[in-house]
Amino acid sequence: MDRTIYGFIFRYSKAQQIFLLIVTCSAFPFIYLQPDIVKRIVNDAIRGSVSDFPKEVLGFEFEQIPFLILMCFGFLLLVIINGGFKFFINSSKGRLGERMLRRLRYTLYGRVLRFPLPHFKRVSQGEVIPMITQEVEPLGGFIGDAIAQPVFQAGMLITFLIFIIVQDWMMGCAAMAMFPIQGYIIPKLQKKVNALGKRRVQAVRRVSERISESINGIQEVHSNDASNLMRAEFAMHLGRIYDIRFEIYQRKFIIKFINNTLAQFTPFLFYLIGGYLVIEGNLSIGALIGVISAHKDMNSPWKELLAFYQQYMDARIKYEQVVEQFDPPGMLDESLQLEEPESVSPIPKDATVAAQSLTYQEDETSTPVQNLNLEFKAGERLALTGPSGGGKDELAALLARLLIPTGGRVAIAGEDLADFTEARTGRRLAYVGPAAYLFSDSVRANLLFGLKHRPLATPEIDEEETAARTEKMAENARAGNTDEDFNDDWVDYKTLGVDETATTDDRLIALLEEVDLTRAVYDYGLRSAVDLTGRDGLSDRILEARARLSALLAEQSLEDLVEPYDPEKYNDNASLAENLLFGTVISDKLNVDALGDHAYVLATIKEVGLTEDLLGIGRETAALMLELFADVEPGDALFEQYSFIKAEDLPEYQIIVAKFDRGGAEALNDRERSMLLTLPFKLIPARHRLGLITDEIRERVIEARKHFREHMPEDLAGAVEFFDPAEFNAVASVQDNILFGKIAYGQAEGPETVGRLIDETVDELGLRRDIVGAGLEFQVGIGGSRLSGTQRQKIAIARALAKQPDILILNAATDGMDTRTRHALVDRVLAAAPGGVVWAVGDGEYLKGFDRAAEVAGGKVVNVETLDSAAAEPAS
Amino acid sequence: MSLAEEVDVLRQIALFERMEPAKLKLLAMTSDRVTFRPGGTMMRQGDDGDAAYVVITGGANVLVNTPNGPLKVAELGAGQIVGEIAILVDIPRTATVEAQDELVALKISKDNFLRLLNNSPQVGIEIIRVLASRLENTTNQLREAIAKIPK
Repeated sequence: MDRTIYGFIFRYSKAQQIFLLIVTCSAFPFIYLQPDIVKRIVNDAIRGSVSDFPKEVLGFEFEQIPFLILMCFGFLLLVIINGGFKFFINSSKGRLGERMLRRLRYTLYGRVLRFPLPHFKRVSQGEVIPMITQEVEPLGGFIGDAIAQPVFQAGMLITFLIFIIVQDWMMGCAAMAMFPIQGYIIPKLQKKVNALGKRRVQAVRRVSERISESINGIQEVHSNDASNLMRAEFAMHLGRIYDIRFEIYQRKFIIKFINNTLAQFTPFLFYLIGGYLVIEGNLSIGALIGVISAHKDMNSPWKELLAFYQQYMDARIKYEQVVEQFDPPGMLDESLQLEEPESVSPIPKDATVAAQSLTYQEDETSTPVQNLNLEFKAGERLALTGPSGGGKDELAALLARLLIPTGGRVAIAGEDLADFTEARTGRRLAYVGPAAYLFSDSVRANLLFGLKHRPLATPEIDEEETAARTEKMAENARAGNTDEDFNDDWVDYKTLGVDETATTDDRLIALLEEVDLTRAVYDYGLRSAVDLTGRDGLSDRILEARARLSALLAEQSLEDLVEPYDPEKYNDNASLAENLLFGTVISDKLNVDALGDHAYVLATIKEVGLTEDLLGIGRETAALMLELFADVEPGDALFEQYSFIKAEDLPEYQIIVAKFDRGGAEALNDRERSMLLTLPFKLIPARHRLGLITDEIRERVIEARKHFREHMPEDLAGAVEFFDPAEFNAVASVQDNILFGKIAYGQAEGPETVGRLIDETVDELGLRRDIVGAGLEFQVGIGGSRLSGTQRQKIAIARALAKQPDILILNAATDGMDTRTRHALVDRVLAAAPGGVVWAVGDGEYLKGFDRAAEVAGGKVVNVETLDSAAAEPAS
Repeated sequence: MSLAEEVDVLRQIALFERMEPAKLKLLAMTSDRVTFRPGGTMMRQGDDGDAAYVVITGGANVLVNTPNGPLKVAELGAGQIVGEIAILVDIPRTATVEAQDELVALKISKDNFLRLLNNSPQVGIEIIRVLASRLENTTNQLREAIAKIPK
């Protein structure tokens, strides 16, 4: 990577910079002409005497008025030309800057992907992210100006200077007299500003690092009451930034001040020397005035140059400060990642994997692997045992080339693993660590992650899209970005085992089975809405399941476990809000929890004459809550779980109820009415048993339900997917679609029984596979946070198995699971792995199914034992 | 059955007789009313206890596992409380309870039950009375059993 910003600029944008310079220079005559034409309009056309006319322009003769018109249109033309130049230059500069910025970021990110892994122990995310995102941001603007601006301004400066020298060489000397002084003092002062700039960059990084630390350790901050310490530390860092920035301002303005003062020395010399020369008769007064005005014009380019100089210094520091952070020693060679080999040859099962005098030194004090020797066959099932900290973790990582040995080597069939391309290590080897990372995407995408190495097929797109794609790729190339399209299909279906007999879903479900995760994914599928594209007839089969479930419930006389949605009936196990909406809300324009505030809902209940009744019910509910919760402590969990009213709102409701009792609903203002109205919407008759929802009210809610649906205002169109016994509800979960109702409150074992019956129905109709398929679309959340730790590890193991690796390396991959799960998983993985397995297990762990066990302690292999694979005895 | 009716039923139960009306209402409100089918299991011996039940209507058999199969040791009827021991001393259920016919009970969760004891000393005293009479009962049975053992 180029060490200096100009190195970077010249290497990647020389031609564009020169082009920009030429365009900038060719704009110059027009810029010069514009004030000139103004002068001519005023002096010649308006103030000119009649005798001067007709004037000849380009061979035509003009009287005064036509001349004025001509000049004015000429002026207009110049304005447009100059504006056009400005627009063109600015947009070219902008584009160039943005492209270069894109290239820089891409390069930096590419380097992050090649950092040696131990480097991530030393740099935090909090430092790296702002470097790539914010710190380089201002460089884009600078790069557009990098050549054109200084050359142009210097050109102007020299032009004016030559003009002065031509007038009088002594005046020229006077005009230049201050340059050496300015050229000496300003860089000296700037040097201090630069040093401060460096410190500022570092201080800001420290702040980002602190923020990211506080977020990562937020539990510890809370559980140790350390927030005040954190605040104080943060304030200290902010204080440092403030001091540095303030000093930078001070010094920058001092530079400006000195520069301006020195610049004013020149006119001082002009008046002195020029005046003397005029008095002596050696210089005409006209020439002196010309020189002084030329010097005035010099001022602006000089100022621009100074500003540019400061901008350059700033950009230089930013660039260098960033770049030096992206060059840690031991970076992976670029070619190992980028080059795509003709074919990736598999590692034969009988190939020898040999660790030869393998040493890994982490830092001066710690050498977890020392002179370790071990040989095994690639197809072998090898357990690495030994105490934690004994070196087996590092050995596993070294075998996967996640760590690079500091001494000795790992050789596979005689080849040094360090020379393998990532195409080979990443496809023929698989590694699962103790806390495998899942990407914030679907279960499916995570399982396929290990099969996406190169784009393999372009999806079918029409002409327009093809053109857009070509242009996108061309722009990628101009910014030095990859020519591989993220939107292509990257999945290596062949390795996954997809063929005429098995679809991707089949293979993925088989993988889930191999790690015993099918049930969990099925549950996720049941609880999520299914995407019907590519699943023809699924909605009909789910509707069939709906009918089947209700038949099953009837057969076993369990109808009272579920209260189905009936458009003509009030559902006592649903809240009044749900009864009114009678559908699934899609849009955020409607909030089920705040219907009492919604204008259209209020209009609907008014239309069917429910408002007064609901206000009455609201009053009753509020009064009851006031009675029940009067003595309950505000922080009590009871409020959270049972109260319709938050503790802090109780006093306000007390006033509302009192007002209502005195003057009825009319006495309340809008806010109070809506507060009262929110209460009845939450009532679920079967659960709350308050007896406030009478049959008459039920009837009118059904009326309101119909009215609500029929008179939907335009802005709410499509906001609710209504329940219809004969229709599939695309936004509701599979389970809700099958159930199509509410599980009744107060039935012992109700939810369990219904769950069992749904399972039965699903199997009877052969829906399980589709539901697991829907579960594959489940979003795992950031870092897989929506899954349990065990599920995350299982997905990571399935992801490794999906690659059909020649050697599967697992490092404490089942930590944190209970013994039974762990043992079952070992059995399953050993049965499913197509090639060799190297598994770093806990000491005294289950070793059934392994061929040999190598005990690693103190950084060395201390014992290798051949196991009788039938024996289930744990290692001693 | 509405909350108000439930409160009336609860009031007739000795345990809650002297409780303030508001507290009784709160108890009814925060407890689930659960219907068991005939033969339905309310609790199983050996399971963790997470709730106590107050029978509102119906009857139940209390069964204890013996080497010769389950042995019925008692019957429960309306107004009786069952399952409170497991909550009070944090031990697994000491017996299985099955509904004889359709049975409606008020399920009081562990947290709410402990809160109730904290807030209402009368309920606590009443529980002690129930437990003491049960102990008395058991002691009598034990005495009779010992008398039967041939010396």
